[in-house]
Amino acid sequence: MATADWNPLGDVYFKKNELYAMGWSDMIDLDKFTVAAAPYGGPIALYRDDSKTARVQVSTKPIITVFTAAGNQISQMRWSSGQVVKMGWSNTEDLLCVQDDGMVLSYDMFLNFKRMFGMGQEAKDVKVLDCEIFNSFQGTGIAVLTSTYRIFIINSVDDPRIRRLAEVPGLQSAPSSWAVLNLDRQSRALVAKGNELFLIDHGGQYQNQTPQTNTEVKEYIKMALSFNNKFLALYTDSGVILICSSDLQKVYCEFNTKTEACPHQLMWCGIGAVVAMWGTLMVVVGPQKDWIRYNFESPAHLVQEMDGTRIISNYQHEFLHKVPEVTEHIFKIGSMEPGAMLYEASREFHKGSQKADEYIRMIKDKLEVAVNQCIKAAGFEIETDKQKALLRAATFGKCFLTDYSPETFVNMCQMLRVINQVRHHKIGIPITYTQLEHLSMAVMIDRLVLRKMFHLAIKLCQYLKIPDQEGASRILAHWACYKVKQKNEDDETIARAVAQKLGDTPGVSYCDIASQALECGRTDLAIRLLDFEPRAAQQVPLLMKMSKDQLALSKAIESGDTDLVYTVLLKLKNDMKDGDFFMAIRNMPIAYSLFIQYCRHQNPQMMEDLYYQEDNFVEEANCKVVKSFDDERLEDRCETLKQAMNCYARAKNEFAVKQTDDQIKLLKYQRRMEEEFNRPYMDLSLHQTIYRLIVENSHKPAEQLRKEFKVPERRYWWLRMHALGEAGEWAELERFSKSKKPPVGLEAFVEVCSKHKNVAEAMKYIARVQQDQKVKCLLKIGQKKSAAEAAFENHSEEELNLVLQKCGAADKQLVENIRAMKQQLGGRR
Amino acid sequence: MSAPSTHFPNVQKIRDVVRNELATLLLSFKGKKDLVLESDLMKPLDRIAGASLLKQHGVDKIFKLDPSQKSIQGCDQRIYLVRPRMRTMKLIADHISGEKNHGTERKYKIIMVPRKLHVCEMILEHEGVFGDVTLDELPLDLIPLDRDILSLELSEFFKTFYLENDHVWLHTVSKSLIGLQALIGMIPNIYCIGRGSKMVYDLMNSILGEKLAGTDYSRNEIGNLILIDRDVDYVTPLCSQLTYEGLLDEAFGINSGYVEFGLDVTGKEQSVKLMLSSEDEIFEEVRNRHFSHVFSYLSNKAKSLQSDFDKRHTLKSVGDMKNYVANELKNLKNQKAVLAHHIGACEVILGKKTKGDFQEILQAEHSMLEGSGLKDNINYIEELINKQHNITQTLRLLCLLSMTQDGIPSKEFKSLKTQFLHSYGYEHMLTCYNLKRLGILTDQEPQALPLNKVTAGVQAAIGKRGSYKSLCKRLALVNTHEATNKYTIGICNIEKGI
Repeated sequence: MATADWNPLGDVYFKKNELYAMGWSDMIDLDKFTVAAAPYGGPIALYRDDSKTARVQVSTKPIITVFTAAGNQISQMRWSSGQVVKMGWSNTEDLLCVQDDGMVLSYDMFLNFKRMFGMGQEAKDVKVLDCEIFNSFQGTGIAVLTSTYRIFIINSVDDPRIRRLAEVPGLQSAPSSWAVLNLDRQSRALVAKGNELFLIDHGGQYQNQTPQTNTEVKEYIKMALSFNNKFLALYTDSGVILICSSDLQKVYCEFNTKTEACPHQLMWCGIGAVVAMWGTLMVVVGPQKDWIRYNFESPAHLVQEMDGTRIISNYQHEFLHKVPEVTEHIFKIGSMEPGAMLYEASREFHKGSQKADEYIRMIKDKLEVAVNQCIKAAGFEIETDKQKALLRAATFGKCFLTDYSPETFVNMCQMLRVINQVRHHKIGIPITYTQLEHLSMAVMIDRLVLRKMFHLAIKLCQYLKIPDQEGASRILAHWACYKVKQKNEDDETIARAVAQKLGDTPGVSYCDIASQALECGRTDLAIRLLDFEPRAAQQVPLLMKMSKDQLALSKAIESGDTDLVYTVLLKLKNDMKDGDFFMAIRNMPIAYSLFIQYCRHQNPQMMEDLYYQEDNFVEEANCKVVKSFDDERLEDRCETLKQAMNCYARAKNEFAVKQTDDQIKLLKYQRRMEEEFNRPYMDLSLHQTIYRLIVENSHKPAEQLRKEFKVPERRYWWLRMHALGEAGEWAELERFSKSKKPPVGLEAFVEVCSKHKNVAEAMKYIARVQQDQKVKCLLKIGQKKSAAEAAFENHSEEELNLVLQKCGAADKQLVENIRAMKQQLGGRR
Repeated sequence: MSAPSTHFPNVQKIRDVVRNELATLLLSFKGKKDLVLESDLMKPLDRIAGASLLKQHGVDKIFKLDPSQKSIQGCDQRIYLVRPRMRTMKLIADHISGEKNHGTERKYKIIMVPRKLHVCEMILEHEGVFGDVTLDELPLDLIPLDRDILSLELSEFFKTFYLENDHVWLHTVSKSLIGLQALIGMIPNIYCIGRGSKMVYDLMNSILGEKLAGTDYSRNEIGNLILIDRDVDYVTPLCSQLTYEGLLDEAFGINSGYVEFGLDVTGKEQSVKLMLSSEDEIFEEVRNRHFSHVFSYLSNKAKSLQSDFDKRHTLKSVGDMKNYVANELKNLKNQKAVLAHHIGACEVILGKKTKGDFQEILQAEHSMLEGSGLKDNINYIEELINKQHNITQTLRLLCLLSMTQDGIPSKEFKSLKTQFLHSYGYEHMLTCYNLKRLGILTDQEPQALPLNKVTAGVQAAIGKRGSYKSLCKRLALVNTHEATNKYTIGICNIEKGI
């Protein structure tokens, strides 16, 4: 019978399931230990407590042991620090041990020390009386009560910022009970002082909040908050359990237990009931003053979960929870709910009975509801047989539905598969469907990784078809990080193992693994691992951190990202001697040219030095030439140029030597002439200098320059012609043209004249021009008519066409003339 | 390429992304702030965000970063928008320390385009102002100039990469292509020609890294990406431009798709900024035409516009009239204005071309491309040098000669160079040296100069390249005059695509 183990509590039922037979049976007597178990089926830490075995004086140090929820030992260590006031687990499953001096030590579940922080100077000075580890909106928080009855609180162990809560007025002795309340994104403490309750916050405010009760209360000696912080249970000195809302505005129930002994544990079972534990006796109290009583063979420890309470004892691990509504619908005797009918139908069907059909007919219209109920109920079942039966019922019902989306069914199957896997006693995470939904699958996978169950985690990801990026490869990376911490294996083996397993899985950062290795002090391993990292931008900074600068440099160069190269380069330059630095980069062309580039802007002298060291005389000389332009004084400038000349000479670049020499010469000439004529010549080219000299009618020095620099005949003619043209020395020009046979042709003279629009002068030269050039020259000065005539004289149709091309709209008459000429020429032929 | 096609990917998305980014960066300073822009970023920024967007986000005054200016006035918050160059950083550092010494309190931010460089941070640190500024980056890389042209507008790429062997911009190129693919889908086929292209490709892969594995090509809007190094073909840019667009660039300078016409074109005092893109119908028609055909098209267009205008006389009903005024008139007026500008520009170009030795230069170019008349060409260049013709054009011809002849015969090379230096000044010795290193202007003498490893690499790259002469023969690049032009245009456009 499905309802056999249901215990009624008012109009609902409670049910207790066995999760595990504890792996520690016969070895552990819980009575002798302080127990701290993490919620969501997390690990259990046992602390061998001196005070409990005080009959014999123990001189050995206490021992902390961590077990899985199934009672299998994970790790153990001897506690060598101070007095532990409280142990608890953070939401990332780190064990937090709070000492009486306010120091909080955190360990992972393998009891590897992670970090340590204090709860403030005052806590350290006056000692901690009591401590509370709670779930805050920022993670896991810690509150300590000092012996001066002040409460200090941190909201997150990852970011321990200590706040002091307001003081309760007139508090002379330790509060009879207190708890941390999390509402509206703020952590406050509820402190009981006699029959008064105070809500204090870190803003220095306090509120006196006393619930309206029928019974007389002297003291509140125990309090418990529900998982969602909405409800509060108070236990009074007279043995009354008060169930009220956490703001104390409403009192739902007052239940007299008729015992004055304070329960060892008081907590909520989901949000439907309060559980109180006295040694081996447990009472479940409902809001309607209904109650159930359980007796245990040995003392048990309660763990509050969001949907129930786990009971850990010497031999067993049980889960007490309210029977969910949907389960009740299906299994309650005489239930006529569609789900119940479907379940029955399925059973009959599998028995081969025709009754199945009858049941299905009865719920024909509500079949979808029935299927959904069965699926949902399967999620709440702990035993796999029942899960199967319910799912089977659901599939059976599904057959009669035409367009039922299988999504919920498939999802449920997947979830249950995962839940059943992790609940296996070897893994030991007894999580329920509700909890897993709240925790999310990603966190579940993380928790497996935390337990170093990499294989299962990967299988899980693959089963759930989680993309490799966020699933398998992430897990592999964690595995690798764990792997590099194994000190007993040598670098080579580990590097190979990691590379083999990870390959080039997308989303794996070898860099992270390498930095992990570096943290463990395994530099060589880190370098090996970094070799696998495809992204240079990640490699380089780490290599630099390891001061493998040379390697970093070559990696940066490989990456092709110049910025990265610069980063390394400039660090190298700072760290090394110049000489060594130059030697280091000379074989890396990219780095080398980048550095040159840097020097060009930042340190030209260093660039020169570099070239010098490289025996690259041409570049060195070029640097000097560039530098010479910055020299203000002529003497300096010439000196620099002379140095450049020497360099060119060393480079056997005769051409450059000659040119530089000429440059110096020219500069000196220019200076001399500036002094002589009081006109600026500096920085003009040779051509321009001579030109200016001729225009300014200083023919003698011009002639001198011509000889000195061996200006070719043709060039000089051009130069002189144009200069004379510009100076308007037409007579001189004519004389020049007649001085000897012009090497440039008389057309050039025409050109000069036309440039300065002197048609009359041009005509003089045209007369002397060769017959075949005449037309072109005439055209140049715009004498189209004459050009046409000349062309006609030449009997050249081609030339006539040329003239024709130049004719525009205005030359109508001329065009006709030319046409006539052409005809004439044609006719003559 | 500007050929009409049915579908283009929506590259304007790039603009929106960068615009949002810029807005966020601007808002990081609350309230009024001044913006100091580097001059070569002004036009690109114009393409992304207009003045109104800047004003909306609290920009008060906009300054141009002027290297000669030692300090800038303005309000107490200032944002520099600059390229990550060392000398710019120094300049900014000078501003800041100068103003600090004067006791002016200001908040500074430097936004580097397209990305922050460590070396810039180092320089700011070196100059002692690192603590006074916040640094940010604006990924303004590819700018959509037209529906089918994206440009990085990075004119210094050539110099830094080919001459100085500085790979800093390769990263930008790769990053921009990755960004493009992120927006419009991965490009399935990538082809590379040249050393730099290969590096860009490798860099792209290494940045994308692992993401590449499960690449989804289904969304792609671009089927092929062809990366070509500039140094594969120096001949083309050395030739004179013959298309309308090319000549516009030569005469007025096209910058980020804008051309600015001055007094000589518009006949007005104020210069006019015209955006050149396929949205301008008239320009779209003539941009790739040989210049000689442009004028006739424009005059035809003018006539047809006139006839459209004249339609107003034939309008019968009031409704037609209304329709005409509402729809056509505005469009016609716009077209008229644009047409006037194009005609004006044409005239200016025509004036320049007929006055100079354009025809002769073209002839020289053509004979160089054909590989004939070496002696004449040398003489012609000599004459240009002697006449102190425009230095750029002379140098261009000189380089073209060297490229087409695979180096100029040693004796002539020396004499030409000497004359060149005499004519234009000795400072051009370095110009010649740089050109020689790039392999653009060389002599035929076998390389006997002692070269260090850096230049050796460059030389090796040059050595590998097929010589122009043999390529020309094998690929039949130059057949007729017509073919030359086509060749030129084709390559130009591909290059722009990159």
